[in-house]
Amino acid sequence: MKIAVLKGGRSLERGVSLRSGARVEDALERLGHEVLAIDAGADLVKRLSADRPDVVFIAMHGLGGEDGTVQELLEILGIPFTGPGVAACGRCMDKVLAKHELRDAGVATPDWFAFNETAFRELGAADALTDLEQRLGFPLVVKPSRGGSALGVKFAASWFEVPEALVSAFSYDSRVLLERFAEGRELAVSVLGDEPLPVVEAMPGGDDRYDFEARYEIGRTEFTCPASLDDDETTAITEAALAAYEALGCAGFARVDLILAAEGPQVLEVNAIPGLTDTSLLPQAAEAAGMSFEQLVERIVELALKPAPA
Amino acid sequence: MEETPHRRRAHTRSSDLARYAGLFAARTGVMRSSAMRDLMAITARPEVISLAGGLPDTSTFPAATFAAQMTRIAQESTAEALQYGPTEGFAETVDCIVEVMGAEGMLPDPDDVIVTTGGQQAIDLICKTLVDPGDVVVCEAPTYPGAVPVFCSYQAETIQVDCDADGMKVDDLEAVLAQLDGEGRRPKFVYSVPSFQNPAGVTMSLERRRRLVELARQRELLVVEDNPYGLLRFGGEPLPPLYQLDGGDFVIYVGTFSKILSPGIRLGWTVAPPPVMEKIVLGKQASDLCTSTLTQHFVREYFSEGCWRDYIASLVEIYRGRRDTMVESLRRHFPPQATWTEPEGGLFIWATLPEYIDTGDLLAKALREDVAFVPGQAAYIDESRGRSSMRLNFSGVGEEEIREGVRRIGKAIAEQVELYGALTGEQDTVPASEAQPGDGDTAADVLPFRREGAG
Repeated sequence: MKIAVLKGGRSLERGVSLRSGARVEDALERLGHEVLAIDAGADLVKRLSADRPDVVFIAMHGLGGEDGTVQELLEILGIPFTGPGVAACGRCMDKVLAKHELRDAGVATPDWFAFNETAFRELGAADALTDLEQRLGFPLVVKPSRGGSALGVKFAASWFEVPEALVSAFSYDSRVLLERFAEGRELAVSVLGDEPLPVVEAMPGGDDRYDFEARYEIGRTEFTCPASLDDDETTAITEAALAAYEALGCAGFARVDLILAAEGPQVLEVNAIPGLTDTSLLPQAAEAAGMSFEQLVERIVELALKPAPA
Repeated sequence: MEETPHRRRAHTRSSDLARYAGLFAARTGVMRSSAMRDLMAITARPEVISLAGGLPDTSTFPAATFAAQMTRIAQESTAEALQYGPTEGFAETVDCIVEVMGAEGMLPDPDDVIVTTGGQQAIDLICKTLVDPGDVVVCEAPTYPGAVPVFCSYQAETIQVDCDADGMKVDDLEAVLAQLDGEGRRPKFVYSVPSFQNPAGVTMSLERRRRLVELARQRELLVVEDNPYGLLRFGGEPLPPLYQLDGGDFVIYVGTFSKILSPGIRLGWTVAPPPVMEKIVLGKQASDLCTSTLTQHFVREYFSEGCWRDYIASLVEIYRGRRDTMVESLRRHFPPQATWTEPEGGLFIWATLPEYIDTGDLLAKALREDVAFVPGQAAYIDESRGRSSMRLNFSGVGEEEIREGVRRIGKAIAEQVELYGALTGEQDTVPASEAQPGDGDTAADVLPFRREGAG
């Protein structure tokens, strides 16, 4: 098959995407496919129209590649692609929108407030923040609504740290959310097709917080897969993950990040195009399920072709 | 579509990775990735105005001269230029080095000089020679970001001493030394970039230079003087290098051709007392046997023409104009609360913003406007420091780009300042004070977050 691998692009996660893409290309070559490696740029549509691949493997993260933009183009071009569709990507990328969808579908997610920049600049939203302490408590987590890999995510331990954290988060997006800090074990469930893969647990090493750097460096964060959980916990977590995956309309694959809190699993976010690098969680989960990286990639491509291409 | 034979990367399953991880040396655990590596990857996009690099301008080096020199090397010394050379470097290269150091008033014994693969290797070899895991190394705060991973990879315990407009605060250094004395410890060396420091742009005053050298002598302490920019002075009076003041007993000197000729030739050097030099030579032998003989030939040819001083003078003119442009642009586009250094030479300006601005996050915002700088964090061992500072390079891009780049960064900052004002309900009125480089991280006067009706 002729498969184009889309990677890079202009997002802040370009570096990670290039690593994901390179690894996917290798796997596809080993599987005997004809591989077109494309660093997504201004000539993307031209290249795709000229080369007409049978399917596009999207290995892009962050804005542009994971938010439905590229997916929309591919729909127009009538080329099947891997991972979730346009709408699901849009919902996953926007954490605020995603949390509303999750709550509407009855999936537990930590309480939050969302604000856009205009609200603070022009509507005096700062005055509404006084409710924070009662509603969310401290510490709380401040996140850009659209962004990935924990970029711009800050913890605020008290009132004094909130404005600074907001300034940071607004550096990445014009909308931010303030979320109740859910304390508990950090887990990720990757879903392939409609099958949940074994649960991965992230254990930040030493005093490292589970931050951007730690996610992509070998040895900075310890991952255990499958996570050591009892049957009830595993069921609850897997069900929450599948419910989140469905609520956001995902297809193909996605990774659901959650916290196992005292009150049960709390879904933080769903990644429409999870990392596929050496240290990424989806490949680890697949491996724990007995799938090699090649098998994982082959399966993802298979799922992309399942609904009859246009 | 390229038809590469077969890129082989089979061993990348996580179990393979775990196996490799089990083999890693302890020192890799403390090797830091350069802080914003992934963000910096984006700064390489052609449309980005990068004030992030440390690049000298190589665009004015005459191509015809370069071609003639390389041709002469091919005609006259092909065999030698393609062959291994002595670990210490060619005597002719050392002659050029002595000439360059002479231009700043230094008179090294040629036997004390070793040619290295860039100044960076000199720092590495000095650490390799002197530092055992857990040994103390003292450097400036902020310090050369490229030195940080070297100190870390030798597992040094690095202590940073703050700088002000006159360079490293030697009083503070004395306090650190006294405290170490109390613990029965002493640093293996004090690392300093005394002239037009990277990243702060400040220059150590003559008085402090004298005191530092005196201190080294009294305490028999080694000082590593890294001086890549000394000849790139645009204003003020030249100051004697530490090496000159000390005479080479306690100062190990690091120099480079990178900023006065070309970083691509990877030629630097170090000058050290003979017993230290002996070990450095052994270390270099183990590292790379010798520095590129081809580029040593190039330097020899280049110096034989006798125009190297003129070329530096032309660079100085270019950089002075760019510094002036950058300073003027900063005045125009940065908020009144920002402070910055105004270097008399070198390549860098260090700017410090209100402390609620994290320059790592600001970089993400700036990249959307296609402009880049180095977040200050990279210049500190303790990553929580330098968060509101940034390093701006003015040597690598033209004046028009500097103006536009600073304007875009200024706009991004202004938006953050305005937002912070709206959030706290207070206009931020921190005066554009006499804040010093290195002060950007004091956690002192946080503006209170307004809590109306909350008691």
